[in-house]
Parts: sequence; structure tokens; C-alpha cells
Amino acid sequence: MSTTFVIKRSLLYLAVAVVVLVSVFPFYYAIITSFATGTALFKPAFWPQAFSLVNYEAVLTTGSFPQNFLNSVIVASTVVVLALLIAVTAAYALSRVQFRGRTLMLLTILSVSMFPQVAVLAGLFEVIRFFHIYNTLWSLVFSYTIFTLPFTVWVLTTFMRDLPIEIEEAAIVDGASPWVIITRVFMPLMWPALVTTGLLAFIAAWNEFLFALTFTASNSTRTVTVAIALLSGSTQHEIPWGTIMAASVIVTVPLVVLVLIFQRKIISGLTAGGVKG
Amino acid sequence: MAELHLKDIRKSFGSVEVIKGVTLTIKSGEFMVFVGPSGCGKSTLLRLIAGLEDITSGTLNFDGQVVNALTPSKRGIAMVFQSYALYPHMNVYDNMAFGMRLHGREKDEVDKRVRNAAEMLQVTALLDRLPKQLSGGQRQRVAIGRAITRDPSVFLFDEPLSNLDAALRVTMRLEIAKLHQKIDNVTMIYVTHDQVEAMTLADRICVLRDGLVEQVGTPLELYNSPQSLFVAGFIGSPQMNFLTGKLAEPYGCATLGVRAEHMEIVPNGGGEWNGQAIHSEELGSDSYVFVDIGAQEPVIVRQAGTSHHKPGEKISLSPLAGEFHRFDKNGKPMEKGVRPKSAA
Repeated sequence: MSTTFVIKRSLLYLAVAVVVLVSVFPFYYAIITSFATGTALFKPAFWPQAFSLVNYEAVLTTGSFPQNFLNSVIVASTVVVLALLIAVTAAYALSRVQFRGRTLMLLTILSVSMFPQVAVLAGLFEVIRFFHIYNTLWSLVFSYTIFTLPFTVWVLTTFMRDLPIEIEEAAIVDGASPWVIITRVFMPLMWPALVTTGLLAFIAAWNEFLFALTFTASNSTRTVTVAIALLSGSTQHEIPWGTIMAASVIVTVPLVVLVLIFQRKIISGLTAGGVKG
Repeated sequence: MAELHLKDIRKSFGSVEVIKGVTLTIKSGEFMVFVGPSGCGKSTLLRLIAGLEDITSGTLNFDGQVVNALTPSKRGIAMVFQSYALYPHMNVYDNMAFGMRLHGREKDEVDKRVRNAAEMLQVTALLDRLPKQLSGGQRQRVAIGRAITRDPSVFLFDEPLSNLDAALRVTMRLEIAKLHQKIDNVTMIYVTHDQVEAMTLADRICVLRDGLVEQVGTPLELYNSPQSLFVAGFIGSPQMNFLTGKLAEPYGCATLGVRAEHMEIVPNGGGEWNGQAIHSEELGSDSYVFVDIGAQEPVIVRQAGTSHHKPGEKISLSPLAGEFHRFDKNGKPMEKGVRPKSAA
């Protein structure tokens, strides 16, 4: 082993360490803080000083946090199911059915995702009022699905386009209807893509803040992101860092678990279609 | 079991007409091969029969019933694709059972037919495997098995052997020929660009060129009496030698065609044509000698056994008695093997 090799290796791992530190530190600090109480909260410390579950207890027992957490789960899951259902069927049409204006439609769908949320906020608010779903979970499901679809449709369309046409034709000869082709032939082949897009849709819906703040007004309909932002202490001048950090950790855990479960599928999903396999 | 009638079938993709009016009858239980160079429309014609493409105009008739508007599964066809097109996520058994299950067949019947087909194609041991765990030849057997289980009245093959290596292709060719003998109540249509496959498998061959039928006949009819220069050149390997201009004049035709196996080397310059050897290909069982006699292309002569001729060696050639084809200036055949007396 030459000296230059050792130096190069060390530099590489140093760079890796920096990246890991930068990306993990905020979450690490949140965890440490969530276990601290009283004045310990305001002493900067890089290692855990005490271990107390008081903050977690507070978050889970006072206020409507459990309800908000459940709301987030319901909204994010419904969005994933709806978005995938619509996106898979749309992707089939956009990748396999010949019709006039297909490319134009695909580009239009993509261009929808270019609008910043704020730009459509007022208009969307009117639409939600019109449908009488203001201050219900449906308003969030509705608006998140709109913002998730361009991405899911686009990814699934490119993925489906790469599936061999002969397999579809073989299914047609076997007497399969388009619905059977989608559900029993294409979907099993598309698991990596479905998991990846589904997970990204879930994360987007889970983390969303602006719509959640605007379209809901009562504690029982809020999602966790808004609930955390609105957590307040005993007086107006107190920011309850302990409970906020405990809530943040609770909110992050489901995402970490989901990503760990589907890790391998995501990797194959993100690279699928790049190389003929 | 079905007799197919194609009547003035046309197919256009946008403004491009690919099939330009094909009229053809395929007899019940017949093995019909569509052959032609790439781009001649043979695969498109097969897909029209399958129902995977819509017919632009003309009628397609199965046993007297017009099937233009029927979906592939209603036509009673089964198809074997060039790329096998097995369902990658299903094992061999499920691949073969998929179609029958969609049609709501009884479980026992599905099982019986899958096992019958598997036995016929010797893939019984592979029933639990996924397609990716099979070799190319095994995949193609499974694809054929999947088609058999559907109990079709018309069996369509779209260049099924093109993805296999040369040795396996010969084996599978024999398998398909045996299959045709075993299930002789099924009409088979087979598309290939390989004229050897066409000659060995077909009851009748349909030569297509540029979206039109050039000639239909048994393999030997096409070999012995091609109805055009195109068919004469396409059927037979190596390609038929064509002599034009001055060389054809003594025979009273625009083009004279002589197959390599119908040329003989005459000693001492006593033949019809004199020239010199360019190259010899010795294959062991026979040899091909390339001779330049002043025609556009070197003439190929087939000699049994080994026959070595050095480049530059003088060679004199004659066609075997009566074994030559005469074509007029439109490429149409004239009376075969007659040599006008005036020339000799």
C-alpha cells in the first residue's frame, strides 16, 4: 500500500464523514434535545446529558397530537393510493395507446409541476370552498394528489414505455383486457417503480405544510407538520423546544422506517430503465 | 382447424401503404410460410391475421366468418413471438396457464392441458422455473407450449428461431416440423426471412415482396419453376446465377438463370462459357467455385466433394441439360430449359 493510496483513501472517508455529519446532525440534535428537560434544553451539548421521556409523554397526552399524527397517516396513505391508481392507468394510456395530442398532454402534465404552490394557493382555496371540503382531510387529499400526479405519471410513463411491447401483445392474444394487462402483467413488473414513486409521494404529502396550514382550521383536522408549528408553551413567550423536538422525532420515524424497508426496491427503481436489464 | 381467406387485404400506417392488396387462401391444417426480405410486410401480414393490427381494407375470413373486427382471442389464434414474450414474473406453469385462467377454465382442465403441452415439448421438469432461469431454446419451447395450451385453430409464428444460435435453430426447426405432424388439425402460419426454414418446414410457401404476393406454391414448385426473377433469386442457396446481355442472347431471353448445382465444369474449354476461377469455398461435403466469365457477378458453381481451383485457373462451364431458367425483360419466366436451335 503506497502513501498516496492511504492519503487518497483518508480524504475520501473524510469527505464521507463531512457529508454524513451535515445531513444527520440536525436530526441527531433533535433526538438529544427531545430527551432533555428544563434548563438543560438551553445548554449546547453534543452528547446526551440526561435521558427523560417527559417530552414524549407531553406530546402524546396533551393536545391533539395523536389525532394529528393519525390525520397525516390517513392523508398521506390515501394520496399514495389515489395517485398510484390514477398514475398507473394514465401511464398505460400515455405510453401504449396511440392518440392525437399525446406528447402535448404529457408535456402539459409535466408543466403543471412547474407552478409554485403559492401561485395556485388562492385559486385552489376557491375550488376547495366550491367542493365544500374546506377544513376536512379531503381538501388535503385533493390538493396533494394534484401536486403529486405530474411526477408519478411522468415516472411511471417512462417506466412503462420501456416494458417490452411483445409481453403486452402476448397478453392480448391470451385474451387479457387492458385492466388485466395493467394489474396482472404490468404491475408485477413495475414494483420497483411503484414503490419509489409511492414512497416519494408519501414523503411529499407527509412533509407538506402550506396547504395543510391553509385548508384546515381546527385541531382535529390538522396534520402533524402544522400541529408541530403551532405547539405552544404555557405562556406566549415560551417556545416548548422539548416537546417540539419530541414531536419532530416521532414524525420522522415513520419515514425512516419506510425508507429502510423499501431501500433496495428504491435503488433498483431509480436506476430501472436506464440500462436494459 | 380453420381455412383462411384473405381478400384484397391492405394496411397503411399513416400515408405509407405496407400491405398493398394481398389475396390468399390458406388451407385448413396447412403449414404456410411467409417469406421475403426484411421490410416486405410479412410480419405485418401475420399481425393483421392475429388481430394485433387493424386491417385498413379488405376482408379476412376464418372458415367463412369475417373476423376483421374480432379481437385476437376471439379469433382462436395463438402466437409465438420472436422474443418469446414470456411473462417474466410468472413461472413456466403460470405462463402456460394464464390464458386459460383468464377464460375461466376449470382448474383440472387447465392442469391437464398444461401438463400435456409440457410433456409434448419436454419442459415438464421446468414448470416451477421463472423465464430468466431458462436458456433461449427452453424459453422458446415454453412460448410454443403456452400457444398450444390455448388449443388454437390457427397457430402463428413470428420468426420464432431468429434469436437462437445456429445449432439450436436446426434442432428447434425439427421440433416444429414434428409438432406440425402431431397436431395436424391446426393451421400454421410461419414468418421467416430464412429461405432454408421456409423450404424445410412449409407445405406451401408464400413469397412476399414489397407488400404484394410474389408467388405461392410448394417448396419444390418455387425451386423448380419460379414465376419471377425475384423468386428465382430468393429461393435456393447459394443464390441462382443470373446471366444477362450477350451471355443470355444465345438463349433468346433477357436473363438466363442457372443454379450453382446445375452448372458443370467442362474440361479442356469445351463448355458454353469460359473464364477463370476467383475463389473456392470448400465445405467438405461440397465446394463452391466462384468463376468470372464476364458477367456482372461471378458465377457460382457447386461441385460435390472437394474440388480445389487456384485463383486465375481457366475454367469452362455449361449448364446441365435443360436445367436453366429463361426470363424475359420484365422478369417473367419463359418456357423452361428450351434452347433455341439458332444459337448452337
